[in-house]
Amino acid sequence: MVITDETIDYVGILAKLELSEEEKEQAKQDMSNMLEYVSKLNELDTKDVPAMSHAFSVNNVFREDVVTNTEDRENLLKNSPEQKDGCYKVPKTFD
Amino acid sequence: MDLMSLTAVELGKKIKQGEVTVIDATKACLERIKKLEGDYNCFVTVDEEGALKQAEEIQKKIDNGELAGPLAGVPVAIKDNMCIEGMLTTCSSHILDNFIPTYTAEAVLKLKEAGAVIIGKTNMDEFAMGSTTETSYFGATKNPWDVNKVPGGSSGGSAAAVAAEEVPYALGSDTGGSIRQPAAFCGVTGIKPTYGRVSRYGLIAYGSSLDQIGPIAKDVTDCATILEVICQHDDKDSTSYCEAADDFTSALVDDVKGMKIGIPRDYFAEGIDEDVKNNVLAAAKKLEEKGAVVEEFDLGMVEYAIPAYYIIASAEASSNLERFDGVKYGYRTAEYRDLHNMYKKTRSEGFGAEVKRRIMLGSFVLSSGYYDAYYVKALQTKALIKKAFDEAFAKYDVILGPVAPTTALTIGESLQDPIKMYLGDIYTVSVNLAGLPGISLPCGYDKDGMPVGMQLLGQTFDEKSIIKAAYAFECTREYKRPDALTERGL
Repeated sequence: MVITDETIDYVGILAKLELSEEEKEQAKQDMSNMLEYVSKLNELDTKDVPAMSHAFSVNNVFREDVVTNTEDRENLLKNSPEQKDGCYKVPKTFD
Repeated sequence: MDLMSLTAVELGKKIKQGEVTVIDATKACLERIKKLEGDYNCFVTVDEEGALKQAEEIQKKIDNGELAGPLAGVPVAIKDNMCIEGMLTTCSSHILDNFIPTYTAEAVLKLKEAGAVIIGKTNMDEFAMGSTTETSYFGATKNPWDVNKVPGGSSGGSAAAVAAEEVPYALGSDTGGSIRQPAAFCGVTGIKPTYGRVSRYGLIAYGSSLDQIGPIAKDVTDCATILEVICQHDDKDSTSYCEAADDFTSALVDDVKGMKIGIPRDYFAEGIDEDVKNNVLAAAKKLEEKGAVVEEFDLGMVEYAIPAYYIIASAEASSNLERFDGVKYGYRTAEYRDLHNMYKKTRSEGFGAEVKRRIMLGSFVLSSGYYDAYYVKALQTKALIKKAFDEAFAKYDVILGPVAPTTALTIGESLQDPIKMYLGDIYTVSVNLAGLPGISLPCGYDKDGMPVGMQLLGQTFDEKSIIKAAYAFECTREYKRPDALTERGL
């Protein structure tokens, strides 16, 4: 499959990555090689095969909806690049 | 007596009997690390002060009888993708190079409760994406058997640290072979438990349906002992297995009489080194001589495992790694126009090439219009792979094969061609897709003296059979450490 500039730009938006022109060219080639390689799966007849997300049967795990963790705001915020008034600080999101 | 040549269980025994103090053992590790780190680069963080403090506390608890288990007082190294409260946890990535977790991964907590001294965090491929530990932001780890070779990956730092006798044992994680392959390349033993055996709480996620934590150590006894400690149900991981830990160490008996062992013919078809093939088949012969019933068979689906794996793993990675956006923790770019520009620049500067490659691929296969053709197709393939294993385990107790088609590659060799590197995962990734347990242990050497690993696979939750077969094989040979250690007078 040939990957176009448009596809790479679109995937860049989904992946939230900003690639340089050089990286873009490399990504086009890498992705095209990889998609060609994984197209091997098309040899398999999977018409009646259900998609398997978990390798063996597991059941939903339920618990009471009660808070079990403790307040740790101060420590958690220590890891943030920027903070203000006990909150994460981010660039302006709307005018 | 050289403390560092002991296994974890041997060292634990000496500590328990009062022949060695926890401080002595911890200092011996720290000294060895100081001597060798410049050459091997196994660690991202060595916590000297913290380790010595822990050692004192643990010694007290041993003395007053509070701690009496086989691992009490024994130092351990943890792969740098498991959170430890207050200790730098980077995933060997620039984007997390300042991250200090506020909690500890459940598996590490279990070791701490058993009296482990945490020495530090080991180097890995960035976000566990790689098979060589070369994609680390902190530089490549070198193989103690030959510093021109890779240690394997992604748990390369953990495997190399055990092989270099910098620590008696380590924890790794395995998404597509990341415990088993480095263990094989470094001549040590590692187990990837059944999916769900070990809590993933606090393990920084790569491919959540595939990730599993496990031990890397010098021998099978150590691995079974460590497994008994870390395999416990955890409410904080919704995929955690509900039953209590098995008594894995009860499987440490040298008896494989009547055990049915299958060897997939298709594992030896093409692309495998002669030295690897001969050593693995010789190991099978040894088990046969001990009374196992060894038979060749056709497993099937082997060539479809890598394509299915890279679609599923990349898809899950693209989703899991969305959390690294420069807001809550880790790196944030210096200059930006607005929120979206900040996200994009942060991620583009913070992630390395291989991580970006997988995020891009994963985003593509999950995107509208391609989801069914790639992602769903891979999940259907996964079902067929699982079926092939189920059929095999209806006939055999364990499956025996190689861990990787080659021994350790030369540093720099596999970075140019990603697909070529992925092909090295052919014998390991299907195990993660099917959720099976697998053990990797040394079985010989190639013509250059590099270790060759063999792999034993079991049905889900049947770690005991692979431990038993591995132990019986291990009884036929002596553990060998890298010659370089002896040459250095260690």
